[in-house]
Amino acid sequence: MATDKVSAPYSRAIEVSGLHKSFGALEVLKGIDFSVGRGEVVCVIGPSGSGKSTLLRCVNLLEEPTAGKVTVAGTEVTHPDVDIDRVRRRIGMVFQSFNLFPHLTALENLTIAQRRVLRRDKTGADKVARANLARVGLSDKEDSYPAQLSGGQQQRVAIARALSMEPELMLFDEPTSALDPELVGDVLAVMRSLADEGMTMLVVTHEMSFAREVADRVVFMDGGVIVEEGSPERVVGDPQHERTRTFLARVLDPAAAEVGEVPDTGPSGKRVDR
Amino acid sequence: MSLSKRQRTRVIRGSQYALLAAIVAVVALVADWGQLRRAFFDVGIARELFPGILATALVNTVLYTLLGFGFGLVLGLILALMRLSSVPPYRWIAVTYIEFFRGVPALLVFIALGFGVPLAFEVALDQYVTVMLSLGLVGAAYMAETIRAGILAVPKGQTEAARSLGMSHGRAMVSIVIPQAFRIVLPPLTNELILLTKDSSLVYLLGLSLGQYELANFGRDALNEYKSLTPILVAGLLYLVITLPLGHLVRRLEARTAKAR
Repeated sequence: MATDKVSAPYSRAIEVSGLHKSFGALEVLKGIDFSVGRGEVVCVIGPSGSGKSTLLRCVNLLEEPTAGKVTVAGTEVTHPDVDIDRVRRRIGMVFQSFNLFPHLTALENLTIAQRRVLRRDKTGADKVARANLARVGLSDKEDSYPAQLSGGQQQRVAIARALSMEPELMLFDEPTSALDPELVGDVLAVMRSLADEGMTMLVVTHEMSFAREVADRVVFMDGGVIVEEGSPERVVGDPQHERTRTFLARVLDPAAAEVGEVPDTGPSGKRVDR
Repeated sequence: MSLSKRQRTRVIRGSQYALLAAIVAVVALVADWGQLRRAFFDVGIARELFPGILATALVNTVLYTLLGFGFGLVLGLILALMRLSSVPPYRWIAVTYIEFFRGVPALLVFIALGFGVPLAFEVALDQYVTVMLSLGLVGAAYMAETIRAGILAVPKGQTEAARSLGMSHGRAMVSIVIPQAFRIVLPPLTNELILLTKDSSLVYLLGLSLGQYELANFGRDALNEYKSLTPILVAGLLYLVITLPLGHLVRRLEARTAKAR
C-alpha cells in the first residue's frame, strides 16, 4: 500500500515528474519536472493561464493529473491505491478566495477538521486553534464569523486553519491576489514568519518583492512549461529568457507594458485553467 | 378642453375612487347584512367552536403538517443527494420519483395510502402514519429539488477547502456543504411548510375519529351541525394564524439572505 510509506523518511517535500494536465482539448501543463526540498520556500511566478495554479492543485490532487508522477512527503499521490485524504492532512492549502467556512466562527473554522479528521477532542483542538490564531495575530477574533472579518483577516484565519492540521508543507495559491493593496502586507508578514520558522512552502504569487526576499528559489512558468528556475537574484534580478524578462517588465512596471499584449496578471482573468 | 397631464391624472384617479365608493354603497344597501352575519359570522356559534377548534383541530393540523414536513425533509435530502450522485441509477431513481410525485395530485396520494394500501395489503395504517407518509411523499419531491439547488449553490471552493484539510467527500458534505445549503434554502423550505399546512386538509378524506379532526374536517363537521358558514370562516382564519407568520418569516429570511450576499 502506498500509504505505508507515510512515515518513511523523505528528502524532497514535493517531487513532480513528467506532469501533464489537460482540460478537454486544452493542455494546461505540458510536462513539468520539478521538486521542492524540505524547508525550502519556492515561489512560482508567471502570466495568467501559464498553468501555475494547476500545478499547485495537482500537488494535493485537487486536480487529477492527466499523466506523470507527483510525490509529496514521501507518498506518491498519483499512485492508484493512495488514500488521498490521509495525504491531504499533511498538506496545508491556502486559496486565493480564502474559502473560509462562512457558517462557522474563526475558531470553529480551525477546529472542525482537527476534530472530524484528526479526531482530536474539543479541548485539544481549541488549544491548537487558539495558538494558531495567536500566531497570525487574530486572537481577539476567535468568535467572529468570516463575513465580519476583512479580506486580510480572513486570509490569515485561512492560513491558521491550514496550520492547525500541523502540515508538513504549505501550498499557497495566489494568497494575496484577492486582497485590497493595503491588506496584503499583513498576510505576507505571516507567510514570511512561517518561512523563517522553516516551513516548506510552495507559493504561486504575483508579489515579486515577496519572491525576491523570502523565496529560496523562483520558478517562472509560461505556456504550461517551466521556462526557467533558480535563485530569486537570478530569475527576478537577471532573467535569462526573453519571456521571463517580458513578464517581469509587465509585473514590476505595469505602466511600461505598452507592448501590444494585455497585462493579464490580475486575479480576474485567472481561472482560465479551470 | 385642454387638461394638463397632471390634471388628467387627477381626474382619472378621482373617478376611480368615485367608482369604488359607488360599488361599496350599492353593496351596503342591497346586501342583507343580518343574513350575511348569521351565515358567516355568528358570534354565538363561533364561541361554541372554542376551545375544541384550538385544542383538537388546530393542534392536529400543526401535528399532521410537521409529521409530513419532517418525513418529507429527510426523504427530500436523500433524494437530493441521489439526484447529485455520480452513480447514474441513483440519479434515474431520484428523477423518476421527483417527476412522478410533483406531477400527480396530492389527493391521489392520500387516496392511495388511505384506502389503496390498506385494501391491497390488508394492513391498517395508523391515521397519523398515513398522513405523514402522504404529505411527506409529495413534499419530498418538491423539497428534493429545493435542497439540490441549495447544495449546488454552495461555492465549489468550500468543498475544495474541506477536501484539502483531509475531509472525505461525505464528511465535507455533512460538515460543510449541507449546513450551508440549508441556510440558502431556508426561505423556500418555509414556503413548502406553508403549502403542506394547507395540503394537510386533504386528510379530511380519510374518515377520522373526532380526536383526529384537523381544521378543515372540524369546520366541515360544524357546518353540518350549525348550518352556518361561520365554522368554515373560523377554520380559514386559523389557517391564516399559521400561514401568515410563516410567510412573514420567509420574507425576513429572504431579506437576511439578500443582505448576506
